Amino acid sequence: MKKTFKLIDLDCANCAAKMETAIKKLDGVKDASVNFMTQKMTIEADDACFDDVVKKAVECCKKVEPDCQVVIK
Amino acid sequence: MTRRQKRNLVRIIIAAVIFAAGLFIPHTEERFSAWGIVRLCVFAASYLTAGWDVLWKAVRNIAHGQIFDENFLMAIASIGAMIIGEYSEGSAVMIFYQVGELFQSVAVGKSRKSISDMMDINPEYANVERGGEVEQVEPDEVELDEIIVVKPGERVPLDGIVISGASGLNTSALTGESALRDVCEGDEVISGSVNTSGLLKIRVTKKYSDSTVAKILELVENSSENKARTENFITRFARVYTPIVVISAVLLAVIPPLFDKNWGGWIYKALTFLVVSCPCALVISVPLSFFGGIGGASRHGIMVKGANYLEALAKAQTFVFDKTGTLTKGTFEVAEKKPAGISDNELLSYCAAAEQISNHPIALSIVRAARENGEIPKAENAEEIAGFGVKAEVSGKKIAVGNARLMEEVITDEQFSEIETAGTVVYCAADGKFCGAVTVCDVVKENSAEALSELKRLCSAKTVMLTGDRKAAAEEVARSVGIDEVRSQLLPDGKVQAVEELYSKKPAKTALAYVGDGMNDAPSLARADVGIAMGALGSDAAIEAADIVLMNDNIGSLPLAVRIARKTRRIVTENIVFALGVKIAVLVLTAFGFANMWAAVFADVGVSVIAIINAMRAMNIKKTV
Repeated sequence: MKKTFKLIDLDCANCAAKMETAIKKLDGVKDASVNFMTQKMTIEADDACFDDVVKKAVECCKKVEPDCQVVIK
Repeated sequence: MTRRQKRNLVRIIIAAVIFAAGLFIPHTEERFSAWGIVRLCVFAASYLTAGWDVLWKAVRNIAHGQIFDENFLMAIASIGAMIIGEYSEGSAVMIFYQVGELFQSVAVGKSRKSISDMMDINPEYANVERGGEVEQVEPDEVELDEIIVVKPGERVPLDGIVISGASGLNTSALTGESALRDVCEGDEVISGSVNTSGLLKIRVTKKYSDSTVAKILELVENSSENKARTENFITRFARVYTPIVVISAVLLAVIPPLFDKNWGGWIYKALTFLVVSCPCALVISVPLSFFGGIGGASRHGIMVKGANYLEALAKAQTFVFDKTGTLTKGTFEVAEKKPAGISDNELLSYCAAAEQISNHPIALSIVRAARENGEIPKAENAEEIAGFGVKAEVSGKKIAVGNARLMEEVITDEQFSEIETAGTVVYCAADGKFCGAVTVCDVVKENSAEALSELKRLCSAKTVMLTGDRKAAAEEVARSVGIDEVRSQLLPDGKVQAVEELYSKKPAKTALAYVGDGMNDAPSLARADVGIAMGALGSDAAIEAADIVLMNDNIGSLPLAVRIARKTRRIVTENIVFALGVKIAVLVLTAFGFANMWAAVFADVGVSVIAIINAMRAMNIKKTV
């Protein structure tokens, strides 16, 4: 499954790159991209553990840039 | 400015005022005298006002295992300056850093917004007629076959067919063309275009998720996911750059003072190193340049699916073209009828009857011509053989319509000979007997030749044309538009093989671009380094298969796309060279004692801001052809 999330207050491009690297390393993630320009995060992961992966990805983002919020619909 | 940016601005101003006050306090050599302590307090107040969040983030990020981030580096550098007694320096550096960050955030926000606005073709609502009344709803709530009303000035929210009214539609957001498209009853309209004059009632033929506007938006939104090689390189580079500079800073602080005992001086130099070590200018400006290039292209109706394709296009030196619909208009006209043993009209109606099942442009032209002459007889058991033609039963006769190869297969008596003309010849056989041929001519687009010559001028490209057409017809077109190499009489899979072969022959470090109309050439579009589909408005297959989509049918957009790609690449290079150049220069000057912390702050945030402004140039490019 592939899903895109909006990021609010993602302030630095370097942080976006760091988030991306961290999320890509998570178990079950096939591909991930954090886009500073569109302020969006795309995660492609196995369906079975998707929600879990998203939760971990949000933690990754918080670690890199605590002010940045991930909008989960 | 956002609320956060405004708050930061206020903070910076307060810090700057306190800082200015601090400058009036007499400077004493004795750090712990009364004036010395007052001075420390005033500058510390200014410093903390400007930078408390940086310090806080540094601490928090270290707790999260994020060392070497810019907050940490700035914190160490400025606290270090305070400790060695450079109060004004420490707090000025923090103020300037914050000014730079604010600038950067405003500039990036602005550019992001202006690019996104440009690509914004999303209809906000649809006026739908339900139970005799017009309701305003979200476009995705409208069902098929519902009637929507589009008033002048509104955007068409869904694809459909006009059932009443007439107007001029502005499709410039989709195609970059400023000419209005006139529509009236029975015409198809495409979502995303803007109604300029009359009231239109439209019957919806596609749900929102399948509509043109949704397809394009999806393409645009996903475009920045495909990162260019340069972007990935910069990200990787940033990961090693920072640690290297930090390590050199440590060495600079520790080793030289062992010899000359000037601890304060060397530590100051080391702290300056830390300020320069943030790779932000690079990490921001490179993707922003590509984003600007993609945005600028979309303004001209050129949709690019990712920065990597823009990069590939900038390198492209082999351009492979499909003939029909790309270099030529793809609207054929019947030029000549040569019946053998039957009348002109009989020949045409046999051909048209069989060709009815095909949507090949040649088939369409024959059907069109036959319709003008009257009814077309019904065909039974019609079968299309790709690369050959059509076989069908018409009025009890076994009809075969197609090229010479098909004739050789079906004709049993030996009365068949190929006809040599510049047009495309469609042969016809009835019950194994040759019964004539229709010559169909395609018209070369007015600006094909001009576009190709500009392409040559831009990147001395090698141009190749592929076609399933016969040699004579192909060479005629090639001559008139100025193509270098022609491969004719190719079967559909022969095109991919030709692309494959050209691919292996292309010069090293260059790319191969394939330009087609997305009909029958999806494999070639996919095989090339960069697949470009033309005239894609309304053709979902082309939008899906290609990497770059020229929404209009204007081949002049191709050299424009190449120019945008090359300009973007140049800007990216400029930014990399400039940012790295300034940083390295400041590092070297610092090591030899010629630069202070102010220069370092400039090398960090000042360079970022300049690089961002430069990146925005990628968005602006003028049309020529």
